Amino acid sequence: MLNLTDYLMLGSLLFAISIVGIFLNRKNLIILLMCIELMLLAVNMNFVAFSHYLHDTAGQIFVFFILTVAAAESAIGLAILVVLFRNLRSIHVDDLSHLKE
Amino acid sequence: MLDSSFLLFMAFALVLVGAGVGVITARSPVHSALFLVLAFFTGSALWMMLEAEFLAIVLVLVYVGAVMVLFLFVVMMLNIDNERLRQGFWKHLPLGGGVALLMVLEMWLVVSSRQFSSMVPDPRGSISNTKELGRLLYTDYVFSFELAAVILLVAIVAAIALTLRRRKDSKHMDPALQVQVKAADRMRIVSMPAEREL
Repeated sequence: MLNLTDYLMLGSLLFAISIVGIFLNRKNLIILLMCIELMLLAVNMNFVAFSHYLHDTAGQIFVFFILTVAAAESAIGLAILVVLFRNLRSIHVDDLSHLKE
Repeated sequence: MLDSSFLLFMAFALVLVGAGVGVITARSPVHSALFLVLAFFTGSALWMMLEAEFLAIVLVLVYVGAVMVLFLFVVMMLNIDNERLRQGFWKHLPLGGGVALLMVLEMWLVVSSRQFSSMVPDPRGSISNTKELGRLLYTDYVFSFELAAVILLVAIVAAIALTLRRRKDSKHMDPALQVQVKAADRMRIVSMPAEREL
């Protein structure tokens, strides 16, 4: 029988995969953004599962707002990425150390 | 024990985890974005199984339809030096894998308790998920709803303001200057002595 634990484990597995993704793709800004999207999917999965099993629709409302903010975040993030690429001709994270020097 | 919903869940979960691994290991960012699209579709199917139909459709419409298309646009627009970005790709796998394994273990210890596995969803009545969400959204959460709208507006303005680029070589007119022009700016009356005809 399918129960809440299965969904929560799937969510944590997905979250862990995106953590590994951040470790592996630490140089590539665009894949880092994708890993963040994947993390948000994992979190939303937990919210929806809890909302279903606790009979409370407020969890789904929260997912709705997370989706809104995530869409705004990725739009601004990609805009910054495009501006960055125009100025530096690269999206390598190591090239972004101008403030340090 | 093995009912059809469990089999469906296992199939979707396998595809979802596979797509997640694909996102983080794919060689080209385009493939990563396409794997992420697959992950969102599978996640949407899982949300359907959780009777969250509205959010499942929103996930496909908003994420696959808008955000991932934006990602694909940006990936294809940028000319990325892929070899340099993948230097030392697997170097931090032991560290990252260790952290991830630890997190999964901890989460498993927490969520495998009986408190979670004994919960059962009650069969929903005839009221639709969309109707229920709409009712809540426009009554209890109406202020947050307005705030979300403002956040989206701010995001639009910020994204456009960041990427707007004026071409320096374009010969465009400034209407304000055109309107303000006076006759004296255009024509100069010169007084000079009359010339005698030869």
